[in-house]
Amino acid sequence: MSKIAVIGDKESIYGFAALGLDTYFINYHEDNVPLFKKLCQSQSYSIIYITEAAASLLDKEIEKYKDQPAPAIILIPGVTGNTGDGLSAVRKSVEKAVGSDIFNE
Amino acid sequence: MAVKQVNPTRMELSRLKKKLNTATRGHKLLKDKRDELMRRFLEMVRENRALRVEVEEKIRQANANFVLAKSSMSEETLKVALLAPKQEVFVNTSHKNVMSVDIPVFDYTTRTPDPNDIYSYGYAFTSSDLDDAVKSLADILPDLIKLAQIEKSCQLMADEIEKTRRRVNALEHVMIPETQEQIRYITRKLDENERSTQTRLMKVKDMMLKEAHGY
Repeated sequence: MSKIAVIGDKESIYGFAALGLDTYFINYHEDNVPLFKKLCQSQSYSIIYITEAAASLLDKEIEKYKDQPAPAIILIPGVTGNTGDGLSAVRKSVEKAVGSDIFNE
Repeated sequence: MAVKQVNPTRMELSRLKKKLNTATRGHKLLKDKRDELMRRFLEMVRENRALRVEVEEKIRQANANFVLAKSSMSEETLKVALLAPKQEVFVNTSHKNVMSVDIPVFDYTTRTPDPNDIYSYGYAFTSSDLDDAVKSLADILPDLIKLAQIEKSCQLMADEIEKTRRRVNALEHVMIPETQEQIRYITRKLDENERSTQTRLMKVKDMMLKEAHGY
């Protein structure tokens, strides 16, 4: 049995705590790599939701877990709006598999 | 094409032929695997995109609800209300094998079966907007978990497809032509050897006949 973690700024994710997900508030001006690494390696989370803004700071770390079976790291839009990073991540995996983005609209 | 140095012997020839056979069979199998993986991947990625657009829109609405809720009550009240959650979500991960890719299947259970346990506060000091906001977020949860499952599967499959494609290409464009070239080289060399033996024998026969009978 594992749990779900949510990483992001307080404003965007405090609601998830009510549902029973573990929320980790981060400050965008600090180095959040150690916290992220700790969460990924702890094995107690199989899904980690992360706001797009936070994800853009942890790009390299997230990339490392793409081909690992766990955890699943999923981008969600924050309170400040949708940056489109989540969809572009999907687009990237299409590009990786097919060779070019065939769903380009 | 530059040929790697091989010994032009029969043993080497039969070894190479076996190698070519295996390579061709492997190539065919891997090509089938790649095609099937690609078919499934495209199906899944289409679903992934649709679901993501939907979930993102819902999260936007939920966030708007939270902003609304926040505006009608004090920061402290909100903090206290959400300080100690009653509900907990557990995820049970099982794996499904799709063309040798282990894709995760997430199954979630909540600590208590009561759907109202998402409201971790008494209703006296909070606005009803907060209830709405929490409810709207709770409604997204199943979709969010499904999104996690599909998106992770897509990432894993994309990785596997890339690997398989590289293998197929390496077999098709390097391994198989190279082996064919080597086989051709050995065959030619052996044929040439045989012809030279033949002529040498004929020559020797001529010489012996000349010596014996004076032709």
